[in-house]
Amino acid sequence: MIGPADRELVAALCASRAGLRVDPDKAYLIESRLTPVARRESFDSLEAFLEAVRRRGEERLIWAMVEAMAPPETAFFRDPQVFETLARDVLPDLAARTAGPVRVWSAACGAGQEIYSLAMLVAETPTLAGRVELFASDLSERSLEKAKAGLYSQFEVQRGLPARKLVTHFEREGDSFRLSPRIRQMVRWRRVNLLDDLSALGRFELVLCRNVLSGLTGEGRERVLEGLTGVLAPGGWLVLGLSDPGEAWLDPVAAAAGVFAAPRAA
Amino acid sequence: MVDDSRVIRKVSRRILEGLGFDVAEAADGVEAMAWCHAAMPDVILLDWRMPVMDGLEFVRRLRAEPGGDRPRVVFCSVENDLARIREALDAGADEYVMKPFDGEILAGKLAYVGLAPRLAA
Repeated sequence: MIGPADRELVAALCASRAGLRVDPDKAYLIESRLTPVARRESFDSLEAFLEAVRRRGEERLIWAMVEAMAPPETAFFRDPQVFETLARDVLPDLAARTAGPVRVWSAACGAGQEIYSLAMLVAETPTLAGRVELFASDLSERSLEKAKAGLYSQFEVQRGLPARKLVTHFEREGDSFRLSPRIRQMVRWRRVNLLDDLSALGRFELVLCRNVLSGLTGEGRERVLEGLTGVLAPGGWLVLGLSDPGEAWLDPVAAAAGVFAAPRAA
Repeated sequence: MVDDSRVIRKVSRRILEGLGFDVAEAADGVEAMAWCHAAMPDVILLDWRMPVMDGLEFVRRLRAEPGGDRPRVVFCSVENDLARIREALDAGADEYVMKPFDGEILAGKLAYVGLAPRLAA
């Protein structure tokens, strides 16, 4: 079992690098997430890995650790009513009042289930197809690689994905299932730390950042929200997770689906 | 719960009862049809390959019965060929679960066809 000093180190690095809130008292959680990382990086033990993180201060090791403490979302169409609202009301509304393409950003895309769920809906909606540009980013290079590949296990394609969509949009590949090139080509990917300056990403009509804020420190949450609302195009909306903490200063647009507008600075 | 494997029926029964369903078991399509004639269930979990009458034939016949459009039919099969899954959906199945599955997957599929309280993610 790793000691309190090691757990404090993990919590401090997660907070400073990614704004992640890690409870140093949760020894089991930290060990179960980081032991596989230590093994992957060829250390004899988690203690030896953390000792190396402490002494060498190597960015690659630090990031491997931070990324492992923010496990990706694993279900397609998480909270299905949110996707229904986006496809039926939110995206058509944005398309109607946006001259160019409607730019949508999944700001913590994990292994891609959220943005691909959206891509399938867009592809299936004739009035939206060709009108929406999809962007996705994540902190984790490993998650992004998996997301780009669009290759999922039999268990993964059964979490949240209706069978009709499976047979429409996937091909079997050995024991796994791969999303069709048509859907994969709809998404552009990038590694983004939401604590960084986001202004170079451009403006978006819709930004999805669901079930991320609740895992951040207070300061991390503030910075991320500031960054995300900063890249909203005029009249653009932010989609938060249904279980994310309330943000009183945001204006609800479709609160049941977690859709908010940010008041514009004067 | 229609499956020719007693073990699978037992496992699925435990999951379904945990979700608050009353469960009746049948070992093939003919037995299942007898149950449906006695009382149409709300949902049928259906294996594909079974002796006497297989799942595909069962769902086709069920959908032609009076009141046979009412039950939600969810296939649970080791068949994971997408063309075959499409065939099952086109024959009248509402959803499809590939074996092996777990309780969360089954609960999610049942919720999708409108039948169970969605599990918290």
